[in-house]
Amino acid sequence: MLSFLIRRLLQTIPTVLAVVLLVFVLFSVVPGSIASTMSDDSDPQVELRMKKQLGLDQPVYMRFGAYVARLATGDLGASFRTREPVTTMIAKRAWPTLQLIFASMAFAVLLGVPLGFVAALRPGSLVDTVSMVLAVSGLSLAKFWLGLLLMYLFALRLGWLPSFGYGDGGLKYLILPAVTLGVSPMALLARTTRAAVLEIMTADFVRTARSKGMSETRVVKWHVMRNALVLILTTMGLQFGALMGQAVVVEKLFSWPGIGSLLVDSVLQRDIPAVQGSILVVVLFFLAINLLIDVLYGVIDPRIRYA
Amino acid sequence: MFRMIAVVAGMGLALAATAEAETPRKGGTIRMTAPYGSSFTSLDIHTTQRAQDEIYAKALHRSLYIWDSAQGKPVLELAKEDVVSGGGLVHTFKLRDDAYFHNGRKMTADDVIWSYNRIMDGSKAYPGARFVRVIEGAAAVEKGQAKEISGLKKIDDFTIEMKLTDKVDPGFYFFTALTSIYPADEGAKESFIQKPIGLGPFKFVEHVPGSRIVLERWDRFYKPGKPYADKVIVSIMAEAAARDVAFRNKEIDTSVLGPAQYVAYQSDANLKGTIVDVAEVFTRYMGMNTAFKPFADKRVRQAINYAIDTDLIINKLVKGKAYRATSWLPLTSPAYDKSMKPYPYDPAKAKQLLTEAGYASGFEFEWTTSQNESWGLPIVSAVIPMLDKVGIKAKVKQVETAVLAEVVRTGDYQAFIYSQQSGPDPLAALKCFHSSTPQPACNYMNFKNAEFDKILDEAGQADDAAKRTQLLQKANALLYDEAPVWFFNYNKAVMAVQPWLHGIQQNPTELTHQNVEELWVDETSPAK
Repeated sequence: MLSFLIRRLLQTIPTVLAVVLLVFVLFSVVPGSIASTMSDDSDPQVELRMKKQLGLDQPVYMRFGAYVARLATGDLGASFRTREPVTTMIAKRAWPTLQLIFASMAFAVLLGVPLGFVAALRPGSLVDTVSMVLAVSGLSLAKFWLGLLLMYLFALRLGWLPSFGYGDGGLKYLILPAVTLGVSPMALLARTTRAAVLEIMTADFVRTARSKGMSETRVVKWHVMRNALVLILTTMGLQFGALMGQAVVVEKLFSWPGIGSLLVDSVLQRDIPAVQGSILVVVLFFLAINLLIDVLYGVIDPRIRYA
Repeated sequence: MFRMIAVVAGMGLALAATAEAETPRKGGTIRMTAPYGSSFTSLDIHTTQRAQDEIYAKALHRSLYIWDSAQGKPVLELAKEDVVSGGGLVHTFKLRDDAYFHNGRKMTADDVIWSYNRIMDGSKAYPGARFVRVIEGAAAVEKGQAKEISGLKKIDDFTIEMKLTDKVDPGFYFFTALTSIYPADEGAKESFIQKPIGLGPFKFVEHVPGSRIVLERWDRFYKPGKPYADKVIVSIMAEAAARDVAFRNKEIDTSVLGPAQYVAYQSDANLKGTIVDVAEVFTRYMGMNTAFKPFADKRVRQAINYAIDTDLIINKLVKGKAYRATSWLPLTSPAYDKSMKPYPYDPAKAKQLLTEAGYASGFEFEWTTSQNESWGLPIVSAVIPMLDKVGIKAKVKQVETAVLAEVVRTGDYQAFIYSQQSGPDPLAALKCFHSSTPQPACNYMNFKNAEFDKILDEAGQADDAAKRTQLLQKANALLYDEAPVWFFNYNKAVMAVQPWLHGIQQNPTELTHQNVEELWVDETSPAK
């Protein structure tokens, strides 16, 4: 187990380096620079001085070398815009983003998995049809539109929840953004669970268990559910990564102070250190979640070995 | 007789009731919105020129001058008196002796001098340097040739002498938050960026990045009885649709409206009364590169102005959320000439001018644009068929707004569409067309006209305000005739304001920039 973890951690290094290189090169070649977004100065020398101060007058390979060297010490550099350390900026926004992601995933799992199970246990029934219509709708709805719809209904019409903001970080502010973000993975989990359960229900080992006189509840609990969990976990792992990306829209819509809105503003203003730092954190989060999922596979299904 | 007494008494009662209704109420929370992005750039307002950041900075900081929307000009704020001498170049400011920073220390001349020296630190390239550069010796500090601005002298703790390089009104240079006065001791500390200290009517409480800034009343603010509110919350709300829901749900007190919402609010009886608008000092236009042969001919540039049905575009596409441009200087400019008339829509005249210029069969050009809904791709798409009618073909080159800013500075275009600040100082706005102004500065069309230069130089030297205005109007009229741009519109900034929020100022420099100490909420506010 330990050697597996070390091996997987080492495998993440080339992935991280590839991402760092890609983002760096991309932002070096795209037109537009921080200097033009930060100053309207009539003196062209100002832009040159600003570029010099930010190190943008250096060749790309030198800047990249310096960046990687700093990165090796855990230093993500300082933001071009705020002149704050990028680590500080990200640290301030990490918790709200994690709150949003985990709340969305909790909503998705708590609703999507049971929905998929119920649908699979009664295929072709009204419950199955309704669940799958909901699932397909959830996958098709644009987050922006859904968010507005929820705001309109639960804030403006019913007055149950605030329409925007972080407030004190409490639950009432979290519900609408989390549901908006969680509907799509909920729908996907429902469909995945249904498909997995349906497939497992017809497997040889389930038929054998039934023929041995095992009750349907025990069959579902010990054989179907456990086997379906591997696929559900895989879907969850992939969805965590997707949620980090989709959170950008939701955070902007609900004025949620997460990494997504930091990333959007940083990209628009060509704040390269902030963009690199934010993307790096997203990638590391994605890798960490997937590593965790890999470990959980072994817990759920002992047949999976880490050799 | 009794009837007359009753009428007079009734009028008296009505006046008393009005006066009571307009008496500012103390307390409550003002809930403003910052609509221009998903975050504030920085809590160090010297480092950021975004309109978004100045919204909170107007509550937190103060500069030597402040914009007075009622008078339509900058007025003294941190100084009580300005004595002008030395042929209009030397200003002696008597500073307030009752202005306290939020750490309780009194502001002195040292703080003013320290702040301006900081802004001129050339290695940091602070955006406010373009204003402070008007003080003699400031440029030397910026270039590292001097440590302190030579034109800035402390006479005593509350008197400073400022020698300028040009005979200009310093008010236009020192009223924005970019030149805010910081406490000399605290401003240099690293912690300042996390917990800024200013001289404004509200002191910093909390910043939740990407969400809000909270400020509370500074009890030692120098204007007696002000500010009225206990607290100000500035929420970041970049999405117009989300602002709309929050405004209707009474969660926010102000919301900036785009063209579509402007129409919706106008047609809604409950919301119509919440609209506040002002002609901001921004001119939208299509710039033409005179290095591109057809645009070197004045007749071609004029033909373009005649060929476009500008009113139709403003009404249908911009939904009436703009004022038709009659030249460069906008409606709210002190030098705006009311007698100026815009180019009429006259395709026949356009065709005639093109023929005279030798382009009877037209020509083709590349038009660089961003996606902006009010001065970008939708406008370009509407104009193309109009130009096509007179034989001019336009090819669209779409770029990001950040890229467009670079394109116009480098002159790497044949034509572009843009929104450029054209005030509040009319002299500075027109100077962008002076031949001595380099293209990367703000002379984006590389406009050169000896007669224009002469008029503008005369205006700069004029002591008499009326004569100066007259000369500026003459220069503005000459620009109209030379038509270096298609004069599209002046921005009509529109904000929705809840009925319980009072004291909103129609600020043409930026409607969202409010002198917050003037605002107050009545008892009907949900955050009273």
